[in-house]
Amino acid sequence: MHELSIISSVVDTVTESLAPYPGARVVEVRLRVGALASVVEESLQFCYGIATEGTALEGSRLVVNTLPVVMHCVPCNGDVELEGVQSFRCPRCGEPCSDLRQGRELEIEAIEIDEIDKVEEKA
Amino acid sequence: MTTRIVELRRGILKKNDELAAGLRARYAAAGVLVLNLVSSPGTGKTAFLERTLKELRARGARVAALVGDLETDNDARRLASSGAPVRQINTHGICHLDAEMIAKHLEDWEGAELDGLDYLFIENVGNLVCPSSYDLGEAIRVVLLSVTEGEDKPLKYPTMFNSADAAVITKMDIAEPCGFDRAAALKNINEIRPGIRIFETSAKTGAGMQEWLGYLAEALAGRN
Repeated sequence: MHELSIISSVVDTVTESLAPYPGARVVEVRLRVGALASVVEESLQFCYGIATEGTALEGSRLVVNTLPVVMHCVPCNGDVELEGVQSFRCPRCGEPCSDLRQGRELEIEAIEIDEIDKVEEKA
Repeated sequence: MTTRIVELRRGILKKNDELAAGLRARYAAAGVLVLNLVSSPGTGKTAFLERTLKELRARGARVAALVGDLETDNDARRLASSGAPVRQINTHGICHLDAEMIAKHLEDWEGAELDGLDYLFIENVGNLVCPSSYDLGEAIRVVLLSVTEGEDKPLKYPTMFNSADAAVITKMDIAEPCGFDRAAALKNINEIRPGIRIFETSAKTGAGMQEWLGYLAEALAGRN
C-alpha cells in the first residue's frame, strides 16, 4: 500500500548515489525484498514507471529479487528456508521457529549504470 | 559509454530506521517503555487503550499516548478522558505512522516529557499491512485482533503478526454470540509467531486486564 513512497525513496537514494558519476544514466536497479516485507512487485513496477519520469532513472529496468523467509531452527541447529509465510515451523523437524534470519529485507542491492567515458578517465 | 555495476546495499527505509534508532535511544535514556499498538480498523485499539490508561493511572503510573488517524481528533478526545496527556497525529491519507511523525509530535509536549513518563503508548493507524514496515523505536509491538474479525487473520497478515511482541484479543465479552473459535485463533497466532504472549481481553468488562497490566509492569521493571 505504500509502494509509491518506497519507490520514491529508491529514486532519491539512487539519484544521490550517482554523484560520483556525472552524466551517468541508470540501466537497471536491483532490489532485495524479503517475503515478509509487505510489498508487492507488480505495484512496485507500476510506481517505478511514474516515479522515474524525468530523472536519471527514466527508462531503466527494476529487478526485484524476492528472498524467502529463513529461520534458525534450534533442534536442527541450523538455518532453514520456509516454503511460505503461513507456518513458522521448521520444514525438517516440524518444531516452531521464532528466530528470524531473513525475510524482512527491503533494500537496494546494486545499480547498473552507463557512464560517459571521459568521466571514467578522470576517475 | 562504459557500463558499471555499483553495489549500494542500502536499506530503502534507512531514513526511518535511523530516526527510529535515535528515538529508541531517547526512550531508553528517559526510562520510558514505549508500545506501538497495531490492528485493523475497528478492532478496538482505542477502547482497549482507554481502559489501559485509566487502570495504569489508578495505579499511579505516569502515562501518555500518541494516536494516529488519517483524519479527526475523535480518538485523542476519547483517550484524553482518562486524564492522561494525549496527542493526535493526523496523517492526511498516509496509511501508517513513521518515526519522523513521532519525533515531531514529541516536541514541546508539556506535561508529557519523556523523562517524566513510565509508559508511552502509540496507537497506530488502523491497518495490518503498512505499519509493519515502519519502526517507531518502540520496545514492544502489540498486535490486536477482535473476536469479530475471523480467526484466520494472523494467516492473512503474517508480516504484522510475525513482527509483533505481544498479541491482544479484544471484545472477548461478545466471543460467544460471534461464534469465535478461540482454539483456532490461538493456534493461528502461534503458527505465525510461535511462543508470543497472548492476552484475551474485554475493555468493556475488564476481563484479561489484570494479566495485561501485570505484563506491562514486568516489562517496565525489565527496562529499568
